[in-house]
Amino acid sequence: MLKQLRQYIKSFSLWDLLIGMKLTGRYFFKGKITIQYPEEKTPASPRFRGIHALRRYPNGEERCIACKLCEAVCPALAITIEAAPRADGSRRTTLYEIDLFKCVYCGFCEESCPVDSIVLTRNHDYHFENRGENILTKNKLLAIGDKYEAQIAADRAEDERYR
Amino acid sequence: MSDIEIEIDGKPLKAKPNSMVIQVADDAGIYIPRFCYHKHLSVAANCRMCLVEVEKSPKALPACATPVMPGMKVFTRSAKALAAQKAVMEFLLINHPLDCPICDQGGECELQDLSMAYGSPDSYYNQGKRVVKDKNLGPLISSDMTRCIQCTRCIRFGDEIAGLRELGATGRGEHMEVGTYVQQAMHSEVSGNIIDVCPVGALTSKPFRFTARAWELNQYPSIAAHDCMGANINVHTRNGSVMRVVPRENASINETWISDRDRYSYQGLMHADRIAKPKIKVQGQWCETDWETALQHAAKALQDVQHRHGADALGALASPSSTTEEFYLLQKIMRALGSHNVDHRLRQVDFSADDVMPIFPGLNQSIADLENNELIVLIGSNLRKEQPSAALRVRKAHRKGAEVIAINMMDYHFHFDTVLKKIVAPHDMVNTLLAIAKAVSPDVIHADISVSEVEQAIAAKLMANKKTSMVLGASAQNHPMAATILSLVQHIAKVTGAVVGIFAEGANASGAWLSGMVPHRQGANAKTMLEQARKAYVLLNVEPDLDCANPGLAREALASAECVIALAMYSNAVIEKYAHVILPITPFTETAGTFVNVAGTFQTFKGIATPFEASRPAWKVLRVLGNFLHLEGFDYESHEDVLKELQAIVPVIPVPDKSIRGQAPSGIHSEWVPACAGMAQGISRIGDIPIYATDSIVRRAEALQAAQAIIEAEVAAARMHPHMASILAVTEGDQVFIKQNNATIQLPVVFDSRVPLHAVLIAGGIPSTCDLSELFGSIEVYK
Repeated sequence: MLKQLRQYIKSFSLWDLLIGMKLTGRYFFKGKITIQYPEEKTPASPRFRGIHALRRYPNGEERCIACKLCEAVCPALAITIEAAPRADGSRRTTLYEIDLFKCVYCGFCEESCPVDSIVLTRNHDYHFENRGENILTKNKLLAIGDKYEAQIAADRAEDERYR
Repeated sequence: MSDIEIEIDGKPLKAKPNSMVIQVADDAGIYIPRFCYHKHLSVAANCRMCLVEVEKSPKALPACATPVMPGMKVFTRSAKALAAQKAVMEFLLINHPLDCPICDQGGECELQDLSMAYGSPDSYYNQGKRVVKDKNLGPLISSDMTRCIQCTRCIRFGDEIAGLRELGATGRGEHMEVGTYVQQAMHSEVSGNIIDVCPVGALTSKPFRFTARAWELNQYPSIAAHDCMGANINVHTRNGSVMRVVPRENASINETWISDRDRYSYQGLMHADRIAKPKIKVQGQWCETDWETALQHAAKALQDVQHRHGADALGALASPSSTTEEFYLLQKIMRALGSHNVDHRLRQVDFSADDVMPIFPGLNQSIADLENNELIVLIGSNLRKEQPSAALRVRKAHRKGAEVIAINMMDYHFHFDTVLKKIVAPHDMVNTLLAIAKAVSPDVIHADISVSEVEQAIAAKLMANKKTSMVLGASAQNHPMAATILSLVQHIAKVTGAVVGIFAEGANASGAWLSGMVPHRQGANAKTMLEQARKAYVLLNVEPDLDCANPGLAREALASAECVIALAMYSNAVIEKYAHVILPITPFTETAGTFVNVAGTFQTFKGIATPFEASRPAWKVLRVLGNFLHLEGFDYESHEDVLKELQAIVPVIPVPDKSIRGQAPSGIHSEWVPACAGMAQGISRIGDIPIYATDSIVRRAEALQAAQAIIEAEVAAARMHPHMASILAVTEGDQVFIKQNNATIQLPVVFDSRVPLHAVLIAGGIPSTCDLSELFGSIEVYK
């Protein structure tokens, strides 16, 4: 009997609505979390797996030694490498290509790399306008590496203690 | 002695007395890790990786150096054995660099594999590692000596198998280094095998360096195409192109070794000279065309010549390294057109022994049997360079105590000692053999010839009733009196009970004989075909200026022909100039086929790589050419059909037969004429073919050409004995004119004490001498 009465009062006084409106009201006056992409970006983990890059040593020498472990480990067969001795006798790639249409961004290439040359950067907002641009050539990869080297190095340093 | 019973890992096994534990385990399929042990090399026991526990032995013992004993109990995987192996592995890794990612051996490295299986994941060692300077071993082998684990396999290979002590160890303990004593490149013709015996990446292939990884390669079995041994090889391809060649074990032919020629010739396969499309010559200009047009053109031209000049105006020449199927189809086409003018013996000039030739020029014994001989006589043979794998067998025989005699036109350096040698100028070759024949059978040979001391001694050795083989090499067959030489050798062999073996040039001379690529008394041979020029020629992979005995004659004959159809792999100046149709064919890696080796073994191989551009296997080209000529019986669907048809005609494949021993040559006469009547006195040319100039593929292999320059020094030279030079009044480095018949060329003089007097070594098969005529003939040398 009493239970029914409470039900009547609640429903006529729109109690549940007020409860709901309380939450709405709280958020109404709270600060906004909308990120104004692309001007603003959400924070990303240092382990984020975005577009690939080939790194260089501080002296400008490319890190990649053409061991082809990334090519072997790649589950999507997205990496193609040709190697040959360079004029100074060191082992270098003559061709290093990643097909971004095939890549599944698993990060195995980075894991397998003995010299931390191929890495996945935080950068995920890239696009192509023409056919064929999905193939990242060695020069493009090195350019990406050069551009983001500071961030890449900082990310590796941060993740180092978990490795 | 009876077998010994031992037990390995609880498995009762029977072992031969004096065998080592590791051999017994290998035979039983029980794997014991090892680095320095190799079944074809002596036991060094210096890597200690094969330590195993033996019952009643306080310490673990090396399985490679522990002879079996009755009742022995061996444990290869016991705690003690594993601990010992793990400790050894840790020691080995102390000085081994961690550079697997840039090491060509990575992925096929014994150290890598065994450290995964027997090593520990961590090392206590944190001091500096040893660094060793790399050695320059020449154009074929690259070295990274820091990686060396001092197993000494390469040193033992050089000492025991290759017979050239080029590598050795200097220093002791941690300072021990493997290298050449003197800084120099390797001179061995089988040096590439040290790459295979090296368990780590210290010795790797230079042409292959950094181009592919072991896991990217597909391995296909094939047969080496450069000498008549038919060494078994594995060809490694990546994306359809050949990346390298490694040996495939065959105990009866090449064991686990192959020659450098077989190993590195792959570099020539994709040479820039490869012909991409069929071509026909229209008004003196080459036009690329499709196969149908080219074949139609070829068929029409052949039929045209046949109608106008008769079938005898047709001739076919083939490289002796073509496959049996190609030979069979080519001779079938020619014989169907009515011409018996077919030949593959491009460098031979004396064919008068054709009537007494066996069914094919073979060894008359198995290749493995070669090492069981007690006396081996080399006649006109530079075995080491012509058939390196056979030379290894002879060396093996020599190590077992066999004696070797050389009767040569050059004092070649062999990797075995010769007990007696007779080095004579080409025009004295017959006299020498005649003298030996007289010494062994004075009642038959009445020739008025004096027998020298050496000849008498050789005869005495031959008559000592030992197991003897007399082996004829390339210069005996290319000699202007080759038939006389062969008959004399056969006569000597008959009298003394020796076996006559013939090492013919090319990969498949036996196949050529068996498939009918010889005129068989009905047609013209290679020499006649060029001397009495035909109206039409079909050339199968022939480079006339380099492959023929007389390049000048070949050029003249081709120039006068109305129709030259060249099935060729590579563009060649002579062919471009004189041919009318060029049909691009494929090398042995891109075609299926069969090679018959010197022991008569048929070895079929499959096409491995994709044919280059529009080039096609020659057997397919010939089969379709047969169709275009409207000939009967050219409906083969595979190369096996061709082979089956051939094998039905050649009923029994002659197996090594003792009855061939000393078979009587019918051409032997008692009244041998002393001196070579047909050969002019004076100065003879010795027309050896340099080691890496034997066929079109080898000639285009870059690394081999660089190696040839090291092994044979300058080949484009007139090499003569210093005494000969003083007679001619020339000195080293002089440019001299060489006049042979109507041709004159200029070459620098090089002193070479291996050359006999009255002879000058002027190599054949190279562009700088291709203007001269015969390989062996009289020449004039003047300044």
